[in-house]
Amino acid sequence: MSESSNPLELVRKLLSVIYTVLGLIVFAGLILIYAVYIEPYENSDVVTETEIVKPDVDGLVEGEGREVVATNCTVCHSAKLITQNRATREGWQNMIRWMQETQNLWQLGDNEVVILDYLEKYYAPEAKGRRQALKNIEWYELED
Amino acid sequence: MNQRRKFLKNASLATIAAALGTELAFAESMPFGYMPVAFQEQDPYKLFSKEPEMVLLNDRPWNMEAQAHLLDDEITPASKMFIRCNGKIPADIDESSWTLTVAGESVSQEKTYTLQELKTKFKKHSYQLTLECAGNGRSEFDPPAKGNQWTIGAVSCANWSGLRLKDLLDDVGIEDNAVYIGYYGKDTHLSGDPNKDPISRGVPIEKAMLEETLIAYEMNGEPIPLAHGYPLRLVAGGYPASASGKWIDKIVVRDQVHDGTKMTGQAYRVPCDPVAPGAEVSNDDMCIIESMPVKSIITYPKSGAIIKEGRELEIRGHAWAGELSVQSVEYSIDFGSTWQSCSLKEASNRLAWQHFSTQIKFPRTGYYEVWARAKDQNGKQQPMILPGWNPKGYLNNACHRIAIKVV
Repeated sequence: MSESSNPLELVRKLLSVIYTVLGLIVFAGLILIYAVYIEPYENSDVVTETEIVKPDVDGLVEGEGREVVATNCTVCHSAKLITQNRATREGWQNMIRWMQETQNLWQLGDNEVVILDYLEKYYAPEAKGRRQALKNIEWYELED
Repeated sequence: MNQRRKFLKNASLATIAAALGTELAFAESMPFGYMPVAFQEQDPYKLFSKEPEMVLLNDRPWNMEAQAHLLDDEITPASKMFIRCNGKIPADIDESSWTLTVAGESVSQEKTYTLQELKTKFKKHSYQLTLECAGNGRSEFDPPAKGNQWTIGAVSCANWSGLRLKDLLDDVGIEDNAVYIGYYGKDTHLSGDPNKDPISRGVPIEKAMLEETLIAYEMNGEPIPLAHGYPLRLVAGGYPASASGKWIDKIVVRDQVHDGTKMTGQAYRVPCDPVAPGAEVSNDDMCIIESMPVKSIITYPKSGAIIKEGRELEIRGHAWAGELSVQSVEYSIDFGSTWQSCSLKEASNRLAWQHFSTQIKFPRTGYYEVWARAKDQNGKQQPMILPGWNPKGYLNNACHRIAIKVV
């Protein structure tokens, strides 16, 4: 079984190369995650080291700007506060201004346009009128 | 401590130990309601002992609501009570060193009480008190209003026990120029800024002096659960639940309307004069919400029931009207064309919700909606469509509807 000409041994060697490559990819990914998500917080004077919160992309719609939104908008509150809300571009901008004026949100610089583009595109209001039809009814037989 | 409570307490300690991957030192002497800091972002259903059907709206800060059918109990158990947090729940609560200070421009002298003094020095009173989030029903507004998108379940009526705020203020001594009280709690701001309060609201002095306004240390005969204000909560039933400050360690008696966080600007305020949907309203034209409006929910059956033709359907639920009592509740099965009355019980005390019920006969097979609407003692009724739009989406008391199919 230890001879290199053994086909099983060749398969094993091939697998170990594949595992190594996969391992490197995962490692590179971790470095990338650190660089994009963790590092900016460590440089921020708003969030102290003990309070580092991993950006929460959970539930944010896939799309251009998602990471920027996650990085800037989920440090204090969770992504759920974004995903349950709907607003026009102006409405989202008003929320940002309110958070900057009263909730310690930092200046967003060039990222503000990216964030507003994302929110306007994926979290725009739908017309609901004065009363919607009952939706998502889970029908069940009521026992006597 | 009853068996169920014991079980819950032990279960949660086991859960804590499991999640931390280590045994908890001194677990037996850990005070009720205390949670290690490491726990503040774990499974909220286990952390707060909530029913699995409760709906999580936000996990930072914690916000969770009931569904209508979960609120069927006459007295809301902790497991079905909505959670509304503005900041982070205090991490290190030590009941033995907890104090409440009464201060402000309109006290004769500042005074501090230990929790033990509050429990022993003053007479204990118990009331069933309805607490509804001012934003309950916000999800229906068009244009939408920012904030947690509550549907119907941000309301509860538990049995609260503690001392009367009035008795406390009498003991401290307040001046004639007192107009408002405000609270401060030990919750912390989401940004981590120690100089910011997550919330510091209050009530007019007249409301503070009412018999039912409590400094509570028990809910449903137990220490107040952590998420609901352990160990001390101001409870001002009938007002927006935000007036009932949690984890409080300070009450201020003011010679002006309290100007703490979320008392000013647009928070917990509606336009003084009605506005068109989507209108911009300046801060000066916004007025503080006091009593909540008349409202009701159908808690049985759960929406979506299919019943056989010819069967009578029992419905039941609760109705409340802020500072007022409810004089009647009606239901409609024809989209508001005709209304029939339900039987309605008296409140067990002022500011407690009232229970209604009735039997319904459906004329033929088909799809129905049962709508319920209550009328307060002054004759004001719930609207069938959304009431006046307001920028922050408060006070939606449109009638509750459930879907029924008769086959």
